[in-house]
Amino acid sequence: MVMVSAVDSSAHPAESSAEPVVIEARDLRMRYGTLDVLRGIDLVARRGEVVALLGPNGAGKTTTIEILEGFRARSAGEVSVLGVDPMSADERWRARIGVVLQSWRDHGKWRVRELLRHLGRYYAPYGMPGRERPYDVDKLLATVGLADQADQRILTLSGGQRRRLDVAIGIVGRPEVLFLDEPTAGFDPEARRDFHDLVHRLSDLEDTTILLATHDLDEAEKLADRILILAAGRIVADGSAEALARRVAGKAEVRWSRSGEHYLHTTDDATGFVRELFAQHGQGIDDLEVRRASLEDTYMALVHRHEAGQGVEAAAEFEEARR
Amino acid sequence: MNPTAYALRIGLARGWIEFRATITRPQELFGNYLMVPVVLLGVLFFMRDTTVAGTTLPLASLSLPGVIGMMLVYGPMTAVAVLLSAEREDGTLLRAKAVPNGMVGYVTGMITRTALDTVTFLVILLIPGVLLFDGLFAGGPGGLLTLLWLGSLGLVASVPLGLIIGSVVRSPRAVGGWLFFLSGGLVAISGIFYPITALAGWLQGIAQVFPFYWVGLGIRSALLPDEAAAVEIGQSWRHLETVAVLGAWSVIGLLIAPVVLRRMARGESGSNVEERRQKALQRL
Repeated sequence: MVMVSAVDSSAHPAESSAEPVVIEARDLRMRYGTLDVLRGIDLVARRGEVVALLGPNGAGKTTTIEILEGFRARSAGEVSVLGVDPMSADERWRARIGVVLQSWRDHGKWRVRELLRHLGRYYAPYGMPGRERPYDVDKLLATVGLADQADQRILTLSGGQRRRLDVAIGIVGRPEVLFLDEPTAGFDPEARRDFHDLVHRLSDLEDTTILLATHDLDEAEKLADRILILAAGRIVADGSAEALARRVAGKAEVRWSRSGEHYLHTTDDATGFVRELFAQHGQGIDDLEVRRASLEDTYMALVHRHEAGQGVEAAAEFEEARR
Repeated sequence: MNPTAYALRIGLARGWIEFRATITRPQELFGNYLMVPVVLLGVLFFMRDTTVAGTTLPLASLSLPGVIGMMLVYGPMTAVAVLLSAEREDGTLLRAKAVPNGMVGYVTGMITRTALDTVTFLVILLIPGVLLFDGLFAGGPGGLLTLLWLGSLGLVASVPLGLIIGSVVRSPRAVGGWLFFLSGGLVAISGIFYPITALAGWLQGIAQVFPFYWVGLGIRSALLPDEAAAVEIGQSWRHLETVAVLGAWSVIGLLIAPVVLRRMARGESGSNVEERRQKALQRL
């Protein structure tokens, strides 16, 4: 597979490359029985970077994240988070990692502040000068917008409020690395915007490295410094949203019809192609339409083909399209 | 401070919070703490005029210690097994796994809560019991001391068993059912409701392998006058044997439980919890 290193370097100003590598995976593979879920993932995230793992359901996002969290053993490959293999990491390492879990009905009888304070206490022995742990619970509750619910029992929270609490629990230990799996599923638009602000604040002010899995391109574009597109267990694209968009924005779709037949052609040079088309067929051309492909078009096509069971081919085509 | 010791302290607080959160909710106060004692005391109350053959001791006074012994083993073991299994399903355990030393705190919390529950249960059962039935605590305050060490030993023997069962069995619904039937069978032969010496020798042998009989025997020794030992095996309270058998169960449990727990916890992840959530939603 050809990795798009060109996109990578263009996406990063020189100074960000100087930041130390915090998350690294090389040729990461996962196989369940005869099913290959991850087929050789390579990824790197530097300190303070927000990286989105974007892909359709079943692409391997959750598996990748769970391996990096140390919650799942891998089949092959090398993984390092904060310089340690998550599978053999100790509690000191655990204290530097934040995981936002999808809660369901756990701790329903507890009150919001009670649970956050309780879970925060575990981090207290791991504080350091300049990085005191845990966060002040009441400030954190205000940050995630749960100040008014602090004394409520958790089972009385709405779905969106529970997700905010999940986020608060994930960051209460002031993590250096934060993992988020579909963080805003079930958020209303306002909650989503607040959450995006929070993520930016964490990466800018706290230098937290954030890896989030999402199937929402819009979210990946808004949040991430860099997007990795995962399809069929492989990373098929790696770059900033702008860089990825620039790659595909040059492409255009030309549609036309001639003697009742409809045609479609994708090209880098729409003007030249149309000129040629008229030179050849002149009056025979009808229903002409020229459309620039957006990142979303390309991503949707990729997802669609992947779900039709042609993931590898579609991924290869996506690669092609961007060269 | 050592983080593990610190997590142990957080776990004690956790147990207290869980206990308080349960007992302050009226429906749980009744369902978890009051219902069983009320039913048991009710049944014993209707038996109060029957005496044990050959003695003047009311059958109710003889049965109450047995019932307490049964609940001292069955209660904590089942509570821990069902809780652990349910909290794997709902993601409580995963939360513990995601924080440093969280499993230490989680298990400590569960043991603390179970101990508090058990003490509460004992008090609710014993105070009306002593007032209603004759001949209990006839031996004076020494009985209270026996009750204390025996209750503690019973807890130490039964909680690890619950942890092991809760780690091994996947569904919280299956755990409760299995334990109910298994314990029911053992209770029937453990001299809880009538003297064990009335049973066939081989049944007595089986009963003496398990903690139910020994905890029941110990509680009887704490609450009943010494002449009640006449209907026991060897006409004795056999404290030494009690300590030996319950001690053996405790040691085995304490050795195996951490290994099984660790292995079970290692397999937990967000997608497991999500999978179970989907299954549970389908059941509704």
